[in-house]
Amino acid sequence: MSDQTGQPVLRTVGLTKAFGGLVAVKSVDFDVAPGSITSLIGPNGAGKTTLFNVVAGLYEPTSGHVEFLGRRMIAANERSWLEPVFWILPAALMWALTYLAAGAGAPTNLVQVMVLVGLGILIASLITAVIRPAWYDRMLVRVGIFKSARPNDMVTAGIGRTFQNIRLFANMTAIENVLVGMHGKLKASPLDAILRTPSQVKEERHSTDEARRLLNYVGLVGREDELARNLPYGDQRRLEIARALATKPKLLLLDEPTAGMNPSETAAMMTLFGRIKTELSLPILLIEHDMRVVMGISDRVTVLDHGEKISEGTPAQVRADSRVIEAYLGKGAA
Amino acid sequence: MNAPRLPVLRSDSAARQWFAGLPSSRTGQFFGNHQSLSVIVGMSIATAILPFIVLLPPFSGFGNQTDFVDGFAQAGVWVLLAIGLNVVVGLAGLLDLGYAAFFAIGAYTYAYGASPFSGNHIPFWPMLLVGAAVAAMFGLLLGAPTLRLRGDYLAIVTLGFGEIVPVVFNNSDQYTNGTNGITALYQPIIPFTSTSFGFGNPVPYYLTVAAIIAIAMALLYRLQDSRLGRAWMAVREDELAAASMGINTVTTKLLAFAIGASTSGLAGVYLSSKLAIVSPTQFGFTVSFTVLAMVVLGGMGNIWGVAAGAFVIYEIQSQGLKQLDGFVGSWFPNGLPVVGHVEFLNYQYLLYGLALVGMMLLRPEGLFPSRRRRAELHDVDDSAAANEELVEP
Repeated sequence: MSDQTGQPVLRTVGLTKAFGGLVAVKSVDFDVAPGSITSLIGPNGAGKTTLFNVVAGLYEPTSGHVEFLGRRMIAANERSWLEPVFWILPAALMWALTYLAAGAGAPTNLVQVMVLVGLGILIASLITAVIRPAWYDRMLVRVGIFKSARPNDMVTAGIGRTFQNIRLFANMTAIENVLVGMHGKLKASPLDAILRTPSQVKEERHSTDEARRLLNYVGLVGREDELARNLPYGDQRRLEIARALATKPKLLLLDEPTAGMNPSETAAMMTLFGRIKTELSLPILLIEHDMRVVMGISDRVTVLDHGEKISEGTPAQVRADSRVIEAYLGKGAA
Repeated sequence: MNAPRLPVLRSDSAARQWFAGLPSSRTGQFFGNHQSLSVIVGMSIATAILPFIVLLPPFSGFGNQTDFVDGFAQAGVWVLLAIGLNVVVGLAGLLDLGYAAFFAIGAYTYAYGASPFSGNHIPFWPMLLVGAAVAAMFGLLLGAPTLRLRGDYLAIVTLGFGEIVPVVFNNSDQYTNGTNGITALYQPIIPFTSTSFGFGNPVPYYLTVAAIIAIAMALLYRLQDSRLGRAWMAVREDELAAASMGINTVTTKLLAFAIGASTSGLAGVYLSSKLAIVSPTQFGFTVSFTVLAMVVLGGMGNIWGVAAGAFVIYEIQSQGLKQLDGFVGSWFPNGLPVVGHVEFLNYQYLLYGLALVGMMLLRPEGLFPSRRRRAELHDVDDSAAANEELVEP
């Protein structure tokens, strides 16, 4: 699943995110190697979740960029002032044609229809620009316009995530939550659904089976039809992971997945992460406060403090770093 | 794991809930899995039975059979509007207060397609599709600029749109004949014959609208159970999480607006052909508001529930309250015990309002709520019960 050439799955280069005067993330460079568990730690307010949200496409960075699987996905918009040209160009061409036709003595009715068609084209281009299908983005890139990827683009590219405060679809059942995660991988159009074409029926059946399999994988057996809100806390965390796995990610972002769990639940979660890493060979980027988890399962640890990267390395290296101890315990402790 | 294979999960299959109570669970299974069939069978039975139910006592006091069937044919319009708005409000969670605009657009589309005013005479049946398509297009047009808005803000913008459309139809005299509206629209023709529907007999209209509702409902059920339906619900539950699961929220919301609007367009085409007149006054804010009330009272998110709710509310409003004078008069010829003679017609809206308030107090989840909605609204009770359990050792 992951890239075996040694090229990092995820790389941030000089990533900075400022909210007004507050610089939440300051010029951070870090990599996630294929098949590894990388942890992001730091005291509260260090900018971990902000960094996560930038990587997931929720925020546009102030400067710097994010590369995912070698492709630059997220950066400040470039030359976006040029974009309106594409909204107007097709309609303008149509109207130019109308003008020529009118000059050549076309009947009034035809000219009226052509003006209206031009209007229709304008509306269609505007709506395309709002929807931003992949081909539209590719077309923009070709003329040097870069638009930062949206969260759904990042999911399509292969990033699955969970949230710090659980954000399940509370009034949908467990299996529906997982099916929503599969949304991007399903192909059936609304028309297929209306006609209930054989391929749509087959796809629905396969995805339901797959969703059930995923729920079993994370340890939610026999709770498919329970509303997500009614699941116990630990199961909600598991369901979030199942939903993230359903997007068929190439990198899993987990934001404090063991927060609020007791030691035995935490241990079970760690086992699950290990299985995801080895069985699915899926790299994980983890934000975590529980040092037993971080030190127990991480291959690499990156430490943030006040938005800056202060240390990086194996768990043992980081533990010995005086700057890390200082960040957590204050000056003098080191 | 060799768990028993469950049938593909269908959200809120009303048919399944209904048939689950029957002794033969196989029937329940069958209709649960073949929703379109159950919708069509259910609608056929309802369509066949309704004209005869009204001959029975409590109803027969309110009017004769022809009036009732005509009322049903009219109620069909509201059922269509309600199941359309249910997509936008109930499934996708977008509060739309300007829904009457699409209704108006559908109606005027038919007026352009088939009236002496425009000089066109396109048959009714293709115009149904054209009306739906035009309304859907305007649904997209309204949807696109409001994508970033949610809740109250979206409601205000859609409210504005709903007000603008009738005003535009009112003021562009040259194209719409202004306040007078477009009159003498051509009547539909019974398929495969050359007979027109005619004004005196409501039966063809009644059957037509029943068929349109059955088809619309079957298609909406299919959409609700598909990938798109789940995306709508996900956007309603948590838009940010939905986007983080790969759903293009823009497309999803636009499709909700377009599909909701197209159902409204169908209703518009049908109503204008039935009344043979369109005028801007028919599409005021009261329409949007009444449809929203129907969706809420029927049970937001449940297609059958919303349809039944719309039907019941329309009948109460038009048949029940309007004929209450005659009905009460026939039982109490000397006036009611304490208050004496009451002109109920004068208090029509007061009684309607009281009914709405009563409903919201007694059953906030609506008459026929979806399973989810019930869970949502009774959450407080549940957690209170859970707390009690904790307190008691």
